[in-house]
Amino acid sequence: MSEGDVAAIEDLHAAAAAAVGQASDLAELDEVRVRYLGKSGLLTARLKGLGKLPAEQRPAAGQAINEVKVVLQGLVDTRRAELEQAVLARRLADERVDVTLPGRGQSVGALHPLTRTLQRIERLFANAGFGVEEGPEVEDYYHNFEALNIPAHHPARAMHDTFYFDDGRLLRTHTSPVQIRVMEGQQPPFRVIAPGRVYRCDSDLTHTPMFHQVEGFLVDEQATFADLKGVLYDFLRNFFEQDDLRLRFRPSYFPFTEPSAEVDVQCVKCGGRGCRVCKQTGWLEVLGCGMIHPSVLGHVGIDPERWLGYAFGMGVERLAMLRYGIDDIRLYFDNDLRFLSQFA
Amino acid sequence: MRFSEAWLREWVDPAIGTQALADQLSMAGLEVDAVEPAAPAFDGVLVGHVMTVEPHPDAHKLRLCTVDVGADAPLQIVCGAANVAAGMRVPVATVGACLPGGFKIKKAKLRGVASFGMICSAAELGLAESSEGILPLPAGAPVGDSVRDVLALDDQCIELDLTPDRGDCLSVAGVAREVGVLNQLPVRAPAPASVDTGIDARVSVTLSADEACPRYLCRVVQGVDAAAETPLWMRERLRRSGLRPISAVVDVTNYVLLELGQPMHAFDLDRLQGDIQVRLAQAGESLALLNGDHVSLRDDTLVIADAARPVALAGIMGGAETAVDADTTNLLLESAFFAPSAISGKARSYGLHTDSSHRFERGVDPALQAQAMERATALLLDIVGGSAGPVQEVTSAQWLPQPLALNLRRQRIGRVLGVELDDARIEDILSRLGMRLQPRADGWQVTPPSSRFDVLLEEDLIAEIGRVHGYDRIPVTHARSAATTRAPLEMAFDPERVRQVLVARGWFEAITYSFISPEQQAWVDPALTPLALSNPLSAELSVMRTSLWPGLLQAARQNLARQQGRVWLFESGLRFRPDGTVLHQEMMWSGLMTGSARPEQWGEPSRPLDFFDLKAEVAAVLAASGCERDCQWVADQHPALHPGQSARLLRDGETLGWAGTLHPSLAAELDLPANLQLFDLAVDRLGNAAKPGFSPLSKYPSIRRDIAIVVDASLTYEQVRDGIRESAGELLRELLLFDVYAGEHVAAGRKSLALGLMLQAPSQTLTDQDVEAVISRVLEHLASAFGAELRG
Repeated sequence: MSEGDVAAIEDLHAAAAAAVGQASDLAELDEVRVRYLGKSGLLTARLKGLGKLPAEQRPAAGQAINEVKVVLQGLVDTRRAELEQAVLARRLADERVDVTLPGRGQSVGALHPLTRTLQRIERLFANAGFGVEEGPEVEDYYHNFEALNIPAHHPARAMHDTFYFDDGRLLRTHTSPVQIRVMEGQQPPFRVIAPGRVYRCDSDLTHTPMFHQVEGFLVDEQATFADLKGVLYDFLRNFFEQDDLRLRFRPSYFPFTEPSAEVDVQCVKCGGRGCRVCKQTGWLEVLGCGMIHPSVLGHVGIDPERWLGYAFGMGVERLAMLRYGIDDIRLYFDNDLRFLSQFA
Repeated sequence: MRFSEAWLREWVDPAIGTQALADQLSMAGLEVDAVEPAAPAFDGVLVGHVMTVEPHPDAHKLRLCTVDVGADAPLQIVCGAANVAAGMRVPVATVGACLPGGFKIKKAKLRGVASFGMICSAAELGLAESSEGILPLPAGAPVGDSVRDVLALDDQCIELDLTPDRGDCLSVAGVAREVGVLNQLPVRAPAPASVDTGIDARVSVTLSADEACPRYLCRVVQGVDAAAETPLWMRERLRRSGLRPISAVVDVTNYVLLELGQPMHAFDLDRLQGDIQVRLAQAGESLALLNGDHVSLRDDTLVIADAARPVALAGIMGGAETAVDADTTNLLLESAFFAPSAISGKARSYGLHTDSSHRFERGVDPALQAQAMERATALLLDIVGGSAGPVQEVTSAQWLPQPLALNLRRQRIGRVLGVELDDARIEDILSRLGMRLQPRADGWQVTPPSSRFDVLLEEDLIAEIGRVHGYDRIPVTHARSAATTRAPLEMAFDPERVRQVLVARGWFEAITYSFISPEQQAWVDPALTPLALSNPLSAELSVMRTSLWPGLLQAARQNLARQQGRVWLFESGLRFRPDGTVLHQEMMWSGLMTGSARPEQWGEPSRPLDFFDLKAEVAAVLAASGCERDCQWVADQHPALHPGQSARLLRDGETLGWAGTLHPSLAAELDLPANLQLFDLAVDRLGNAAKPGFSPLSKYPSIRRDIAIVVDASLTYEQVRDGIRESAGELLRELLLFDVYAGEHVAAGRKSLALGLMLQAPSQTLTDQDVEAVISRVLEHLASAFGAELRG
């Protein structure tokens, strides 16, 4: 190989390397590759021209050309990778979105806070083995009062301002009639809660004529006031999610239980120090309870000597108010979306 | 029941403070509602002795007084009260005193005369709501002493919210008995008075309704001065107990009512005609009452009558004609036991509620009448003078409550309370409650005192033991129960699941009243007569809903009025549909939607929702209850719905509910959007669906062929769908409708449907011939059955 041939190959090498380096996109790079390394490229032509060289020079010249070819191919590959990377980077940049824009599609609604509260109550009692039963809201006198040991004209009746119909039926004033409906015609043991709407003829800042109660009761061969305390301690501590919540059982009176108690919890707002919610007493009355009165068991044909039971009842509106800080009972039945959407 | 703490402490004085006492009462079942000071804060008010009273030189209505307040020299005070007189003891707010409301007393000049303090009225000291003139203090009040001390104003008024069974605590004596038991202290009742009978005047009494009134005591008191002043100490006790002082005689009967719990009445003897009869009223009789009411009496009402007419509603209120007034000189005092059953509900039925009826309804100690009579007479003779005749008592022993002998079993106490108490503790509690105990092998025989007429059963005794022992000392236990809970069936209607589905799809849950107005009811079910309340709160809430739609429509109107454009509300609850004599109380799930199909958002044009958006929502509810496949949508008419956009939903031939667009006329009437959609599903027809069943998955590919056909516009999609399914046979795995079109390029009265048929065989790959065979079968059937043409 002549001096001139060597120089020419080196020039070719230098020019090709420069062209690869200057190629600004993949198409241009491919043009460069074809110009030097293609079937009729300049380096390929050199290889084809080897035959014109003296036989003794051919191996060295061939080797030199091939070395340049390999080097150039390497440069092209590197440059291609660079350019591909740049293309991808550009695409990624172009495809960037504002991830803070809102998502598209349907938005979610919300359960009514009373339902949300009822579901929690039902689940907590379901964990304790209580099944759920329901009863009619238009009730008869017997199930709402008489079977529950509430005599006509008794002052205890004054606690129930009742809505009546002309035929003597009434809107149930509490969920306790479900107790009677479950017990009549069946034999114990029972372990049931009965949630639902109840009605009293009363409407002011703190009363609505319709509200919700959950009645619960258990009848078994063994059931004590101490067990009743156990069930309610578990329920209230779980409901308010406070393991050390203090409870107070105050003697009270309901015609259908004896002994009877009202249950106060330590104020969940101030922790018992005294605030507006607990009227500075540190306590909140949340439910009524007691041992089922023997006359109530007697009314439904259950032998009170063999079977004992306890019952409890709570107002759902009040529990929801305490749990969610709702301060006006009338909001529950206004169905204002601005209110409902707060419980999503 | 309201009483003064100081008064209670005269009877029993435990070594605990006011708050501890209040807590103790609450925890014993006598709930303390409020503890309020007997008088508002004030200071610098001293007992003064009025030495002289002279007219003011320049003011007709003012007077110049010199008042000794125990200081070095008497004070000159200008006073405007008409009742100020020399020799009186009066409360004097001295210079520097601070009266209720922060009113400071300074040296003042009144019409040119200096005044060094103020002589106070009861109202100015916060002891009355209003008063005429200054407050006269007792003649013996020590001059210069603080009026707060002299009137013992640093006292608390305790308000009890008593349960209806504890009528025995409607008196200071009753509360004192409780406090004695709780603190294991003796109770000091005022020494029993026995009055000398100076005269032998009598009025004879006949009990002709002795079941209602088994005991009646009365006594004549002659020569009283009914105009006498009630002493200040008694007025203060009445005031602190929430009663207004009225006149000496009435104040004494009220005082005994508060002290012992026995309601009493005093008649003006000279206005009674002949003997007393306790009887039921006769129809047509009437009575003018003390409060000015005039009532027509029913024949179920117990009255006190003289020979001529009823003179009192027994146990409730006296009559106006025989009332004691300032001119009365001769009295007939009554102290009776009326049976609770005879009084219960009666006051209310005449629109009355009195301190007397409140007590008799709950029960009064049937052994208390004689003691109360003696106490009242002694107080009266002290205050209004006169002489008392003998007590006349008529008793019908057979109707008086008899002492009970209750068996109390030791073992039953533990079985009910869940705590074991030793005999000594049980005996101590019951004896302190005044019960007489007789030991028995298994426990005791217990006789409650006459005041505890609420204790009737063994359970009542156990409750008393638990209460006095303290509910907080009963342990907290967890017993196992033999009760088993049957879990809901898998395919039962699951309200929680349906709620979740609706909420996830953008629905908000509403709760509306079960009673609505008759007009609202007529929006939806004009042909139904709803169940009407006899005593509604208002016409707006007077009939039971026969549908949940009126409540939802009303809620939508209110929300739209509050600028909410998109209202999607659902509710579950009972509807009440009368059907002859039967009332169906059916659990319904209902919904209302209006506004856009999607919330307003970027990147997607807003589209108002329509019937088919509703249909997708209802389908989701049906799917969540497992019965979408068994439900049929049938075009049908409902009074509240658009006749061309409403469907009755059927399941097994029974109506499951309704879905449709609100009727345009109703929309206009209620000012609601025309695209408002409603649905209504009866829960007892949901659920019990077939549970999912597995069928093997095909390993072979499925092939889709799309066809577009043109059919009469009146042909329903359901007919086309069923026609395709029938003719395609079992290779059709899925049918998809992807376009419905009418308009340009489609003849008038016709419509184009574009459908995708997904074909697949369980055990082979379908060939082109297989597919073509199915498609041509389908097209031929559609052509022959419905005149369908393939769209070019």
